[in-house]
Amino acid sequence: METQDTLTFTSNGIYCSAGDFYIDPWRPVPRALITHGHADHARFGHRSYLSTDIAAPVIKHRLGDINIETISYGATVQVGSAKVSFHPAGHVPGSAQIRVEVGGEVWVVSGDYKTVYDGLSDAFEPLKCHSFISECTFGLPAFQWKEQSVVFEAINAWWQQNANDRRVSILGAYGLGKAQRLLCGLDRSIGPVLTHSTVEGTNRVMRAQGIALPPTQQVMHDTDRKAQSGAMIIAPPSALESSWARGFGDISTAFSSGWMGLRGVRRRRAADRGFVISDHADWEGLNAAILETGAENIYVTHGYTDTFSRWLIEKGYNAKVVPTQFGDAEEEQGNDV
Amino acid sequence: MKRFAALISDLDQTTKTLRKIAALERYFREAPPEDRIWCLALFSGRRPKRILSTTQLREWAAELSGLPLWLLEDSYAVVGDLAETIALVLPPAKGNIDKSLSEWISALRAIAGADAEEKRKFILEVWDALSGQDRFVLNKLITGGFRVGVSQKLMVRALAGVTHKPEAEIAHRLMGAWNPEETSWEKLIEAEDLGTDLSRPFPFFLAHGVEGEIAELGLPENWCAEWKWDGIRGQVIIRGGTHYVWSRGEELITDRFPEFASLCEALPKGTVLDGEILAWQDEAPLPFNLLQTRIGRKTVPKAILSKAPVILYAYDLLEWQGKDIRDRSFNERRRMLESLCANQSKALPLRLSERLSFDTWAVLGDLRDVARSHHAEGLMIKNKQSPYGVGRKKGSWWKWKLDPLTIDAVMIYAQAGHGRRANLYTDFTFAVWQGNDLVPFAKAYSGLSDAEFKDITAWVRKNTLQRFGPVRQVTPEHVFEIAFEGIHKSTRHKSGVALRFPRMARWRRDKSPQDANSLEDLKDLLNTYG
Repeated sequence: METQDTLTFTSNGIYCSAGDFYIDPWRPVPRALITHGHADHARFGHRSYLSTDIAAPVIKHRLGDINIETISYGATVQVGSAKVSFHPAGHVPGSAQIRVEVGGEVWVVSGDYKTVYDGLSDAFEPLKCHSFISECTFGLPAFQWKEQSVVFEAINAWWQQNANDRRVSILGAYGLGKAQRLLCGLDRSIGPVLTHSTVEGTNRVMRAQGIALPPTQQVMHDTDRKAQSGAMIIAPPSALESSWARGFGDISTAFSSGWMGLRGVRRRRAADRGFVISDHADWEGLNAAILETGAENIYVTHGYTDTFSRWLIEKGYNAKVVPTQFGDAEEEQGNDV
Repeated sequence: MKRFAALISDLDQTTKTLRKIAALERYFREAPPEDRIWCLALFSGRRPKRILSTTQLREWAAELSGLPLWLLEDSYAVVGDLAETIALVLPPAKGNIDKSLSEWISALRAIAGADAEEKRKFILEVWDALSGQDRFVLNKLITGGFRVGVSQKLMVRALAGVTHKPEAEIAHRLMGAWNPEETSWEKLIEAEDLGTDLSRPFPFFLAHGVEGEIAELGLPENWCAEWKWDGIRGQVIIRGGTHYVWSRGEELITDRFPEFASLCEALPKGTVLDGEILAWQDEAPLPFNLLQTRIGRKTVPKAILSKAPVILYAYDLLEWQGKDIRDRSFNERRRMLESLCANQSKALPLRLSERLSFDTWAVLGDLRDVARSHHAEGLMIKNKQSPYGVGRKKGSWWKWKLDPLTIDAVMIYAQAGHGRRANLYTDFTFAVWQGNDLVPFAKAYSGLSDAEFKDITAWVRKNTLQRFGPVRQVTPEHVFEIAFEGIHKSTRHKSGVALRFPRMARWRRDKSPQDANSLEDLKDLLNTYG
């Protein structure tokens, strides 16, 4: 019976009746458990929020004055008759899978996740459960990521070439997570690293909470943009085609996301380069993560849900598609991730 | 193939024309001549003979990657390119083979006659020995059709840069039926003489759309005007006792239009005509959809021949008595064309393009307004002194098309695009009202900005009523202004009409679905313009 499930899917989002709370709800609710700070997961208007202590500063930075409580990874809290704990999802710093246990029945909501360690976010923790609600943004076998070090090498080689040609490199990256991950992989001997204000805003919040990021310099109104040849600038993807970007003179632009694995998308985005690097699990990662949960019931959301659930059913899982309204998810539009 | 694969990467990795040309020039300078000719062939749509069916490729790729076939198909639907899909889903390569582009083509040709099992072994071995970009490029060699954002124009510029020959000459050399297996870089590009290929067409001269005020063209007496038709732009070549018909897409379509064989006897050798192929009856053009019945087939049954007979509506003469006369003025070419067409029998599938008389731009504007009643889609305006150019150049030829017809319609189905539009909903079905029902009448997938496609994609995700495979039925909420060039009766469509080139002109966010047009409105358009 649907109503006796530990978690159910309502028009507000994923709901736990035993604890009377929602996970990443998309409509205002009294009590929201938030996996991480991306806009399609942490929304305005809830009466109370619960997130990890690492994710909270960015959520507050984005949502302003909200009523938020925090919890550390692995700690258990009783909410009604549900036992709740947050565990590393490896997606961005502070991102969590949420484990909900009611009467011995364990459900895990993955939020967004990646199974490989990026050097910045706590590494993904496999959790045993009966039912696993998994994202599958890149749930097709065409998405297989290379090792992070290989991608960083390619990014640095591109930057070096641009620096040799006295060009400015502008790398489009989502401001929360991807931008910081890239910062940590840049070869600082090539040149100075500058940031767009959106990216620097998040950097500031993260540094203040004690996350170690390499030094950066924000592009200010009075920054002489014509005098930056050889520099690397990290900016949100939307800034790449703006007059702001053109102000740097001779530039080379690149996007960094999982979508860049598709030649068609690379060409549509019309940047000079597209680096395939994602904060989501690739095909192998999704399959490995699901296997490790030991779960029988898999609910898939976010992405190629129809295809991915069919694949899981053929593998013997009891897989279903979660009805979502994550319509304006930035991920799904290829801006980010 | 490393060099060729690197060229494809270089071309993909920049959006700037100059950097693309530089990459091509580098390749044409450094690659061995036998690779260069293949590069030219591939980039101009001349694919090597297909040795494997795509079904075989799919099955073997599924086998090697351990995936069910349907999952490969689903991935292909998203990726939009079979060669790329296969390159992406295969496990990492274990071996390593390094062959040049032309060596790979020879290797593929060598197994053309082998049985399926031998081919399978060959392909699996090759896939296992090539990684990343090399694997993708090899698959492209098998499936054909390289799209690398290199226009003919760009290639011509690069070749001219490398050979120091004029661009117009290079463009001409690249035209026609040459085959990389039978010619060489030396013969096609370097040789002093253009060669004796009788079928070789001239590069088509193309017009730009009129942008500002028509009067900006200057004195009306310097210009000649003709109706602009909606047919197939074609070049008819009469040389050496035979004839060739080329489409603008550089396809040899002689066999599809056997009518033109009669021109061979009526016109002197060494004649090349440029014009519009039109389905034609009772001295008037038939609708384009009748002509369309002639396009897809290699041989034409009698019934279709008599239902949709064609003519060449000739508007230019490019070669006369074996001499290229493209550098003569339009006036002079036109005079020669007129005397050529004079006194020809009406039984001959040839008509002279009518020259419209006008002494002021206002008079010409009035003519344009009535173009539809002449079954034309607007006007062509050509400078009387202009030579016949190469490609699309601004200045001497202009098209002045009618504004499209429009209708407001409700979006009812959406489908995700593939390839460049893999993660966006871009293909939509539109409907108009019939009483309280919405009747679908057109599909459209172009005309919106990237930002609008993003908005509508987000909306589609939230407002899906039902899914039919990849198609989503959505809440009938959004109204779009659909623009189209023509409307015809159709028995194949539920609505009873077929539109010519429908696209989304505007997203009418100001309108609610009730404000959309009705099937009756559409039928009115059909009665007026169909």
